Amino acid sequence: MVTTTPVTLPAEIRWHGRGGQGVVTASRLLATAALEGGYYPQSLPDFGAERSGAPVAAYTRIDDRPPTMRGPVDNPGLVLVLDPSLIGNVDVLEGMAPGSAVVVNSIRSPEDEQERLVRDDIVICTVDATAIALELIGRPLPNTPMLGALLQVFPMVSLDTMVEAVRKQLSDIFPEGVVDGNVAALNRGYESARSTGQGVV
Amino acid sequence: MVDTQERPASGDMAAPATSTAIAVNGGEAVAYALRQIEPEVVAAYPITPQTLIIEKFAEYCADGLVRTEYINVESEHAALSACVGASAAGARAITATAGPGLALMFEMLGVASGMRLPIVMHLCTRALSAPLNILGDHSDAMAMRETGWVMLSGSSPQEAYDLALVAQTIAEHPDVMLPCANLVDGFMVTHAVERVDVLPDDVVREFVGEYEPETSLLAEGSTATYGALDFRDYYFEHRRQQEAALYRSQPVVEEALKRFGEISGRSHKIIEPYMMDDAEVVLVLMGSAEGQVHAAVDAARDAGLKAGALRIRLLRPFPTEAVAEALSGARVIGVLDRAIGFGSVDNPLLSDVKSALWDQSARPLTKGFVYGLGGRVVTLGQFNQAFDELRTVLETGETPGDPTYLGLREDGEVPA
Repeated sequence: MVTTTPVTLPAEIRWHGRGGQGVVTASRLLATAALEGGYYPQSLPDFGAERSGAPVAAYTRIDDRPPTMRGPVDNPGLVLVLDPSLIGNVDVLEGMAPGSAVVVNSIRSPEDEQERLVRDDIVICTVDATAIALELIGRPLPNTPMLGALLQVFPMVSLDTMVEAVRKQLSDIFPEGVVDGNVAALNRGYESARSTGQGVV
Repeated sequence: MVDTQERPASGDMAAPATSTAIAVNGGEAVAYALRQIEPEVVAAYPITPQTLIIEKFAEYCADGLVRTEYINVESEHAALSACVGASAAGARAITATAGPGLALMFEMLGVASGMRLPIVMHLCTRALSAPLNILGDHSDAMAMRETGWVMLSGSSPQEAYDLALVAQTIAEHPDVMLPCANLVDGFMVTHAVERVDVLPDDVVREFVGEYEPETSLLAEGSTATYGALDFRDYYFEHRRQQEAALYRSQPVVEEALKRFGEISGRSHKIIEPYMMDDAEVVLVLMGSAEGQVHAAVDAARDAGLKAGALRIRLLRPFPTEAVAEALSGARVIGVLDRAIGFGSVDNPLLSDVKSALWDQSARPLTKGFVYGLGGRVVTLGQFNQAFDELRTVLETGETPGDPTYLGLREDGEVPA
């Protein structure tokens, strides 16, 4: 069993997904939760000509002091893949050191996903985020279940803080039912994520 | 109600006001400042990456949080024209734009400064076309340098907020009465969500005060003329007055930054030195690459080089003496330009820095670098390379005339 290396600051996180899946929003929600947790976060989208369905990325940094580096995350301690069809097309594990963790939105078990990713020195976590989103939000938006799942391997933010941050941010934009659905999806993502290893503080 | 609270003695620093920490991007941070300033007029045309500012501000207007007249104009030329009209009429007027939008404003840039109108512009720095590129560099800001505006440049969402407030007080200062631009680096600052400590509304309102121009088109009994015909008789004198006002603005900028430090606890200076006390080899920059440059300074110091960095926060008027003084101990100076000054002797920032150093008794060696054009990713490795090259200059005493292009692909090299 692989155990993730303890988080060193700044924690650096990379998000992969497709345009329309809520990658940028998820990165921002994590940053907001980190702020609530007393940290200095940074969330930075990667820009191109944004089109629905095109590969997109975002980066989150979490530190105990104001961030200074502004740019892509090259050596992430945590990677989130919101769309498993990216694997093989985008090098989602690029720059990941042994002991880092990846969370994949996938119907497969973490062991099966590990075979496909061909890395046995990192923790692999899977969650069927699309199914959770379809059931609880009614749309295939995997970002909030992924935010729950990542807590299984990334202990800097507590579930309570994450729920609070998501509720607060989404309440500004969406009606109560949508917010509740996202919070339920977040919790379900947290509960149903399965991993080849474990995260340590 | 009698205020019995003891006032700090004159010259004492007042306790910083209680701030609230929010997670917003640089664009939203500027919009937050605009809500607190609540100008009479905002006129803008949406353009990436400035849209974050004006979309958020339009939302504030729609929600009734501000009473600002928000004018959604048909072009950037019209946006600044509307601000010129509003400002001449005595209103506080603000705009925001980026890259090609600024280019379309060009005629009105000089009209705003020549008419001595304290308009504030938030410029989300962006590459100029062609080829078409929406991403960040300083081509737009550098093209604006000689249009008579006070120009401030930050490196973070926090600074974008802070300078948005400071810019207002500089522009409207009776000794200045010139437009002021707040340069917010496109994407790396405009789109970076970070912790921003915002001041209470009442503290901001007291800091920026009411805008009460000495005269205006609509002032009662006003006999002022704006934008008059001015040929051989007085044009020369007016231009000279305008120039003097711009140079006069530097102490006003310094005072405004100091006053802002007293209310916020964040003391920004017109230049931002890093590890400069004993630095022999220095990189000079402007904007959001500061983190990578500082990391390169640390790495160079670990390798035994007395390295330092100097960030220019006040681009216009260029703080010649402060820059020369800060660089007086340096032997080799590299200047990082995020724009090309086509056909010039040197690229824009290098040109300014070299001019500032020319009259010094001991002139250091200089070397130009170009980086990050059109959003090309800015990396620590690029500035490590820059310090390696500066070390060679230090050791050989020779500096090549041509700039080094950091992160430029060789012919035939394919994008990653």
